[in-house]
Amino acid sequence: MALQAIAFYLLAAVTVASGFCVVSARNPVHSVLWLILAFFSAAGLFVLMGAEFLAMLLVVVYVGAVAVLFLFVVMMLDVDFAALRQGFARYMPVGLLIAGFLAAEMVLVSSTVAARGAAGANAIPMASGGADVTNAEAIGRVLYTDYVYFFQAAGLVLLVAMIGAIVLTLRHKPGVKRQSVMEQMRRTPATGMKLANPKPGEGIGE
Amino acid sequence: MTDFWTTPAGWTLITVGQILAVTIWILLSLAFLLLADRKIWAGVQMRKGPNVVGPFGLLQSFADFLKFLLKEVVIPAGADKSVFLLAPLITFILAFGAWAVVPLAPGWVIADLNVGILYLFAVSSLGVYGIIMGGWASNSKYPFLGSLRSAAQMVSYEVSIGFVIITVILLAGSMNLTAIVDGQAGGFWNWNVLGGGGGLGGLLGAVVMIPMTVIFFISALAETNRPPFDLPEAESELVAGYQVEYSSTPYLLFMIGEYANIVLMCAMITILFFGGWHAPFPTGFTDSWAPTAASVFYFLWFFGKVVFFFFMFAMVKAIVPRYRYDQLMRLGWKVFLPTSLAAVCLVAGWLVYVRGPVA
Repeated sequence: MALQAIAFYLLAAVTVASGFCVVSARNPVHSVLWLILAFFSAAGLFVLMGAEFLAMLLVVVYVGAVAVLFLFVVMMLDVDFAALRQGFARYMPVGLLIAGFLAAEMVLVSSTVAARGAAGANAIPMASGGADVTNAEAIGRVLYTDYVYFFQAAGLVLLVAMIGAIVLTLRHKPGVKRQSVMEQMRRTPATGMKLANPKPGEGIGE
Repeated sequence: MTDFWTTPAGWTLITVGQILAVTIWILLSLAFLLLADRKIWAGVQMRKGPNVVGPFGLLQSFADFLKFLLKEVVIPAGADKSVFLLAPLITFILAFGAWAVVPLAPGWVIADLNVGILYLFAVSSLGVYGIIMGGWASNSKYPFLGSLRSAAQMVSYEVSIGFVIITVILLAGSMNLTAIVDGQAGGFWNWNVLGGGGGLGGLLGAVVMIPMTVIFFISALAETNRPPFDLPEAESELVAGYQVEYSSTPYLLFMIGEYANIVLMCAMITILFFGGWHAPFPTGFTDSWAPTAASVFYFLWFFGKVVFFFFMFAMVKAIVPRYRYDQLMRLGWKVFLPTSLAAVCLVAGWLVYVRGPVA
């Protein structure tokens, strides 16, 4: 238990500290890097709770894919740091207000959970369905039975978002040469070559 | 005395010991695999390769190692110093961290995670950070272009690797690497590359799994930035891509990390498709052996298979010309992704309606 406690406090401290650095870092690329560290240590916290499947998904999806794209975009942007800092004092009160609300909500939720257990009387099945069931299996059993319609609906929403992104960015530029691999592979000497027989001193005219 | 190993201190000691054993073993193997890589490359091109340091050049890697360590670390003036130095460290640490879940022989694994295969996938998908950070922090054009290429490339090929891994998970019915390997016991006809067992009817799975193995192999090449997909460091266009500004030990860390990743991918191919530590024939005769002897026997099979796939990687490097960037993207998104997605559906349908899942 001592090791677990050490691991918990270490991971929690790193999560909070890196979360703070995300907002306080001067360079936006550093912010994204701190964000990645926050994701990563949050995944560590999931592992401590015994939800190793969720932890790995968090790393694969958020750290491995989403944050890479974040970093990709932020690195490409030519950000003017001075301009970025300008509105700081002006937006400070609004930011503090929102932060205060969020903190109050989190305290309320966690105190309720501590007092009555997760969601009280309407307890949903926990992620551990027994000693011999792994957590991926437990999630799968609930996801594909009780919540199958929600799961499908979430999938549809993602599909719509994906198609929307493609539609917004897809442009057919006229006059762009595209490679057609099938066409290239089908070419034979008979179709791809013409044997010309120019006379001496003359070129080949089209 | 036995109580001591169950206390937190004992547990820590024993884990650190295991980690050291695995890391040192991999580092030593890497020294010779690196030499083998160069020798194979040289052999294909009818050169001799490194042959000066030690007999047959066997000590070449150690000489290179010392040279890297003793040279000066040059950090470009415009570089983001901390990120610049962090990048090779990340590559190196991730490449070795992944080995924590790789089962080398029955019971020879540091952490037998329930989601071992996802852990491997997660760690290999993190590998891209070392490259992006290195390229960005160098504050120079070529490294940046190299890192942008690599970000797009590695993210693209991860998708097909993920789908191929799902087919294996479906066949094995588990995400635990030890369970996946154990599901392939009893001979090469039970290996996942040939459909993962289930008698003669099970061999039908080979129709899907052999192409999946090939896709995984090619995606592994792309994921580790090996030729023919070494566009992030394409020396003819980008000089050396994200590595241009690196020298001395940071460069060494990058290179060791890269090779450790390659060997890791070889180990993944071995575990997922070629039976891991199992021999290609029934090995009932090892039951009467001492446990250590049997472990060593199985470990040698694992090691041999990994070295074989490393040989394949080296041959690909020597033989295949580099892909153009748009061809690389086309291959990843338009060929591998639909094929592996179709394979996931086929394998799932086949398991449900014909063979029945293993577990």
